[in-house]
Amino acid sequence: MKFAVLQFPGSNCDQDCVHVLRNVMGHSARLLWHKDTSVGDSDAAIVPGGFSYGDYLRTGAIARFSPVMQAVQAFAAQGGLVLGICNGFQILCEAGLLPGALIRNRSLQFRCEQVHLQTATTDSAFTNRVPAGKLLRVPIAHGEGCYFADPETLAGMRSRGQVLWRYVDAQGAATEAANPNGSVDNIAGVCNEGRNVAGLMPHPERASEDVLGCSDGRLIFESIIHSLQQRRSAVAA
Amino acid sequence: MKAKIIITPKKAVLDPQGKTVQNALAHMGYAEVGAVHVGKYLEIELTGTDRELARKQVDEACHKILSNPVIEDYRFEIEG
Repeated sequence: MKFAVLQFPGSNCDQDCVHVLRNVMGHSARLLWHKDTSVGDSDAAIVPGGFSYGDYLRTGAIARFSPVMQAVQAFAAQGGLVLGICNGFQILCEAGLLPGALIRNRSLQFRCEQVHLQTATTDSAFTNRVPAGKLLRVPIAHGEGCYFADPETLAGMRSRGQVLWRYVDAQGAATEAANPNGSVDNIAGVCNEGRNVAGLMPHPERASEDVLGCSDGRLIFESIIHSLQQRRSAVAA
Repeated sequence: MKAKIIITPKKAVLDPQGKTVQNALAHMGYAEVGAVHVGKYLEIELTGTDRELARKQVDEACHKILSNPVIEDYRFEIEG
């Protein structure tokens, strides 16, 4: 499969994503500069973490109007798979590709630590390879990861299964203590109504190899690859 | 002309900065301080002369990029 990994001035997880996709997952990945105007023949796009445009104005606010994001918007509108990680999640929310917004952590602290994630549904292109009941151990590193959506939007998202991941403790309980940033309903990641665009604050690309202490993040990349393979065989059939 | 824009967090949105500033003020002995809201202030110099057009364009820019309507409210005035 061919992945496009976006690169903005201030991105800093772009190379990690390319490394995991190429060297761990064994697929093709190329960087798209923020001035690029097409995702080309890519099968999926990753919007990586970092501090695009210095996070000026608001996280993701400037990046969302970059030429490459117009291309990603068009790609998503045609059903293309798009995953935003950390700053990428913030950009996708700003772009309106995902509901809600990410605001300053309730503690006001930049939190850099391991968290446990519960996958709320395996019915998505981003979670289909996660075994039922398995908690994912992945790191977070953000100062503005507090997910917010108004109650009406949240109710709609819950009924449509758009919440993909929640912060939980090691036993799988979505407690206040397990919530690192004050996100409403312990939400760590969501998808759009079309289920082809998703974002999460934790970094699966930093937990995709055993040498890094944990490889649970691989399951998210494996899910995307599995979905793309299914799509391809559906087209061929 | 000059646009003076004030952006504030919506009432329903957590404002941890405001809460922290409020606590600090209370610790400093400002007993009569209530809720504090921390927002942004922007000044934009405008080169045009059509006031109505300026108003319309600033409003559009506030809605599209300068604020995020999901979490923020804005208000502005055009001076000069």
